[in-house]
Amino acid sequence: MKLLTDPIHKNNPITVLILGICSALAVTVKLEPALVMGLAVTIVTASSSFILSLLRNTIPPRIRIIVQLVVVATFVILIDQFLRAFAYDVSKQLSVFVGLIITNCIIMGRIEAFALGHKPWPSFIDGLGNGLGYGMILIIVAFIRELFGSGTLFGYQIIPENWYIVHGGFYANNGLMILPPMAMIVVGIIIWIQRSIIRTH
Amino acid sequence: MLRNILNKLKPSFEKGARFGFLHSTFEAFESFAFVPNTTTRSGAHVRDCNDLKRVMTVVIIALMPALFFGCWNIGYQHAHTFGVEMTFWGMWIYGFLRVLPIIIVSYVVGLGIEFTAAQLRGHEVNEGFLVTGMLIPLIMPVDVPLWMVGLATAFAVIIGKEIFGGTGMNIFNPALLARAFIFFSYPSHISGDRVWVAGLQSPSAVEVTTGATPLAEAAAGHIDRLPSTADLFFGLIPGSIGETSTLAALIGAVILLYTGVASWKIMCACVAGLLTTGFLMNWLAVNPYMSLPPYYHLLMGGFAFGAVFMATDPVTAAQTETGKWLYGFLIGTLTIFIRLFNEGYPEGMMLAILLMNAFAPLIDHYVVAAHIRRRLKRIPVNV
Repeated sequence: MKLLTDPIHKNNPITVLILGICSALAVTVKLEPALVMGLAVTIVTASSSFILSLLRNTIPPRIRIIVQLVVVATFVILIDQFLRAFAYDVSKQLSVFVGLIITNCIIMGRIEAFALGHKPWPSFIDGLGNGLGYGMILIIVAFIRELFGSGTLFGYQIIPENWYIVHGGFYANNGLMILPPMAMIVVGIIIWIQRSIIRTH
Repeated sequence: MLRNILNKLKPSFEKGARFGFLHSTFEAFESFAFVPNTTTRSGAHVRDCNDLKRVMTVVIIALMPALFFGCWNIGYQHAHTFGVEMTFWGMWIYGFLRVLPIIIVSYVVGLGIEFTAAQLRGHEVNEGFLVTGMLIPLIMPVDVPLWMVGLATAFAVIIGKEIFGGTGMNIFNPALLARAFIFFSYPSHISGDRVWVAGLQSPSAVEVTTGATPLAEAAAGHIDRLPSTADLFFGLIPGSIGETSTLAALIGAVILLYTGVASWKIMCACVAGLLTTGFLMNWLAVNPYMSLPPYYHLLMGGFAFGAVFMATDPVTAAQTETGKWLYGFLIGTLTIFIRLFNEGYPEGMMLAILLMNAFAPLIDHYVVAAHIRRRLKRIPVNV
């Protein structure tokens, strides 16, 4: 159980280990792609950790990176094909970032650091926990960015139309939220809050 | 009299006393009113009887001409654009009433955050916001919504200053950061030709033709529509509240230089960089804007205001003497580049200063390294 909950908070891959930042900045403009990306990474980390943990005693150490990449790439291609078949719009929004899951440091890091030295079931749980920790931060960042940057959530208008200045109100969407720097700042603020919570414990 | 009241109140704000938790708040008010009893003891400071608050007060005084002129100019532009008859004082009061809420919002939000941060960390309140809080309104368009000013101030103080450790630690000029925040977040409220003249955004103002700044006119290629140099110099043009008048900025510059608060090297270098690059562009001149005499760039937009009050900010500028020349020169150069080559951003001063703020430590590093190398050469070899 600790394997599952630890990476969500105390050992979060994004906010504590500072891994996988690039995709966290790229796919968090809207909630929908962020959610799909979080799910995709969770599935890939959990299942590739599981498979490689099964194989861990038969892989020669010298070529282990290549074997790991083959397994991870297989799952990424499966996910990519699945998204293209059943969620084409989201797949187009995520574009190259689905393929780039292969290079996501979280996945390789968990395989190297955990799966190659542990039994399959704990490795699966560990991969699941890290994927969920990653997905959670993605969703928080995307929630803030979509709400303040576009006034919507999952594409539905949340901020009332008549608040906007064009409709005689006072409100305007924050254009900076759509731009990549704001993702960096939002992640930074989340790290700040989380660290002050951890320190007080 | 104030001294007596403060002395009587002081014990109850000491550590452990009834209002001990408000110690830093009390401290701030006391040393604002009087020179503090302690002088700086550590670090490489200039030892002087004046503390940071006196310096800040001088800058505030130097900003007053720009503020007073800015208020009047708002009234003048309003009357001019809408064809309303207004007296001199009528214009001034009209403008003042438009500016006052922006100043109040900027100070309340900024000082509120500063005081809270100081209380939480248990140190003295940083006085840096006194100047920033006055600079922010002066570089805003008059029609900017107040909640945007508040949000931008909060962003600048928290992200731009407090997380770096407060006054004196910040990398970027907080006032410019506030403007940049609005510039990128709400571009339609800080650029274009509708925001610079008070009242142009109301629906009844549709038939009024234009309130574009000279820079926007020039960038659009309407060189013939530029105001006369005298208008540009005195500042009878639409623009941000305090930046239009080159004259007011010059009066401020005289005050700052006479009291020794700002660096004359940075100001001179800014002008030199702007003029040099301007002449170079004249020589290239592929479009009418590029063949505009470079002194126009001195007078248009926020260059004078930025060079006097923003570029010389002692915290974010280069610290070494040679570095100051380089830093200022590059600000002038970049301003021209952004104005002439970037269609989207008619005003280059803000971005040029922010960019050079980021490079100032690097400039200092190389100036010091070059100095060390020069000194090393003087040591005889094989000693």
